[in-house]
Amino acid sequence: MTPSASLKSTEPRLKVEGLKTYFFLDHGILKAVDGVDFHVGEAESVGIIGESGCGKSITAQSMLQLVRGRGQIVAGHAVLRRKQGEMVDILSLDPDSAEMRSVRGDDASIIFQEPMTSFSPVHTIGFQIGEMLRLHTKLSEAQIRERVIAMLGRVGISNPEVRIDEYPHQLSGGMRQRAMIAMALICHPQIVIADEPTTALDVTIQAQILDLMRDLQDELGMSIVYITHNMAVVAENVSRVYVMYLGRVVETTTTERLFKDPKHPYTQKLLRSIPHPGRPVERLEVIEGSVPSAVDPPRRCGFFTRCPSAMAGVCDAAIPALTKVDDEHWARCFLLSDEKEAEDEWSSL
Amino acid sequence: MLQFALRRLGILIPFLIAISIVSFIVIQLPPGSYVDSYVNNLRLQGNVVSAEQEGNIRAMYGLDKSMPEQYALWMGKIVFAGDFGSSFRYNRPVAAILMERVPSTIILSLTAIAFTWLLAVPLGILSAVKQYSVWDHTLTLIGLVGLAVPGFLLALGIMFVVYQNTGWLVNGFFSPPFREAPWSLAKVLDLLKNVWLPILVLTIGGMATITRVLRATLLDELNKQYVTTARAKGVPEMTNVLRYPLRIAINPLLSTLGWMLPAVVGGEIVVSKVLNLPTIGPVLLEASITQDMYLAGGIVMILSVLTVFGTFISDLLLALNDPRIRME
Ligand SMILES: Nc1ncnc2c1ncn2[C@@H]1O[C@H](COP(=O)(O)OP(=O)(O)O)[C@@H](O)[C@H]1O
Ligand code: SF4
Ligand SMILES: [Mg+2]
Repeated sequence: MTPSASLKSTEPRLKVEGLKTYFFLDHGILKAVDGVDFHVGEAESVGIIGESGCGKSITAQSMLQLVRGRGQIVAGHAVLRRKQGEMVDILSLDPDSAEMRSVRGDDASIIFQEPMTSFSPVHTIGFQIGEMLRLHTKLSEAQIRERVIAMLGRVGISNPEVRIDEYPHQLSGGMRQRAMIAMALICHPQIVIADEPTTALDVTIQAQILDLMRDLQDELGMSIVYITHNMAVVAENVSRVYVMYLGRVVETTTTERLFKDPKHPYTQKLLRSIPHPGRPVERLEVIEGSVPSAVDPPRRCGFFTRCPSAMAGVCDAAIPALTKVDDEHWARCFLLSDEKEAEDEWSSL
Repeated sequence: MLQFALRRLGILIPFLIAISIVSFIVIQLPPGSYVDSYVNNLRLQGNVVSAEQEGNIRAMYGLDKSMPEQYALWMGKIVFAGDFGSSFRYNRPVAAILMERVPSTIILSLTAIAFTWLLAVPLGILSAVKQYSVWDHTLTLIGLVGLAVPGFLLALGIMFVVYQNTGWLVNGFFSPPFREAPWSLAKVLDLLKNVWLPILVLTIGGMATITRVLRATLLDELNKQYVTTARAKGVPEMTNVLRYPLRIAINPLLSTLGWMLPAVVGGEIVVSKVLNLPTIGPVLLEASITQDMYLAGGIVMILSVLTVFGTFISDLLLALNDPRIRME
């Protein structure tokens, strides 16, 4: 897909602003997502990339208010255009309300990372996929079965009439991920968040699954958010990219520009640390160090501890704001702008 | 499933044989045989017992034969005639004593187990779903008290309080006027007036463990990805808990169902003594102390056989509940 795809829609399908999801732990507050903005257009694909632990999955789960236990969405809006066209701020809904539940799976669904553990091991694939239709449609059991078989066939599972009555442990990893896709898409949601949909699979299967998702997107016209740390997935599937680091978006632009002209030191390092298409593999760099803990983070640039260009007294004195570099290109770094992120009631926590 | 059941049933046979051998060993274990003590008693009373007479008595009880022959004889009588030998102390057939006491013991135990599950399972779910809530802490406390206070003490305490306040003395299954009476509505009411106490005490004793086990396994399961998946589909929270994680968290409980019966029977020995209940527990205790070995062996055997069948049933339930077990 070309970057211009992002221009074809005026009003986004989903617009997220100021999302903060914190875990209130015994030893402090873990700011897993600390002020994330992103939007996804009609039938658009965007990518969210970043190392493990940057808050990508929690961002995804926050969209459907799935975070439980000590986790809590403390701030933010996520305005979704529902199937009938009405705009709802899904984060303003009570997580246990019928309205929130009616959004889950029907308007927006998630393809989870782990095909091994994402299904209940003691219920058949057919029961678990059919449950989607049971919850969101008034179809009869016979019609549900028919639809599930058709969907299993559509995602490339052979013998769907037999497979529908099998249990997850009887399916291979790739088949299970296909079943997961079938489940996520069976109600034709308008937006799908794919949280590392292929990470657990081997390379050939990865490619097949991504092809399948592209085909289904053409057919059903849904928007997709690809969450990944795989640059190849980004390069081939999305029009725009959000780079996340330590709970924040540090850079966002079109896929083309991101590869050609990354502005943020983290993005630059990230691109040099992974092989990607169009550039011969000379020597892969590793990003030294690891993502610091998000528990009670100091007010400084999140990348300060690992940044080769870090400026003492500047980068550790405030948090840089996400500022416009030029059209369709934003980054969060004091090398590019002096602008600081404004403090709010959560900053001092 | 049928295949699974048949396979499990097949495994039971060697188990049952092993149990019978162990029970036989129990009978043979005490030093000196029953005849020795019998003859000694006669001699102490001044009787002259010749070696020939002693031999005859031995032959009468089959004690002159070899061990395997004695075992075969004992088993043969049990299997073909329902004859478990005679109780030395009660001077009655063991089978008659078993008939008197085993059914009431089983009914009492099963009732207590049913109440235990009925209460413990919802409370375990509540504890896990509302982890660290006032509920959770209260249930933990009650559970600990249930574990720490011995059943007989609880029984005595409640018996005393009830007597002090109402003048009603809980005693046995029936009050004396009803013990020999034929069944009637009044007799049933009398039974209920007495039997609630042992059921209550046994239920409290068993609940804590089940609630704790369920709370722990359910807490584990609640964090699993498949629970989030179901939530992401729009499944209501309570339906989700009951449909998915509970199905898996219940497995460890199902697998202990088999030996809950002997555990409850063991737990009720002292309770039965205190409350004067005609169950099998106190008899087993006495039989072991007085070396009434045919009686002890018979009881051990019956309880073991019941346990084996209990395990069979819990295996079947496990297999019904979990396809991974069924398809092994
Ligand atoms: N249930 C949880 N309890 C506490 N901390 C969590 C929980 N889930 C995620 N986190 C923390 O939130 C941060 C972001 O996690 P996640 O969104 O899963 O990262 P990513 O998907 O980018 O690898 C991590 O520091 C992780 O340890
Ligand atoms: S703000 Fe400073 S530390 Fe942060 S990325 Fe830019 S240069 Fe590096
Ligand atoms: Mg993740």
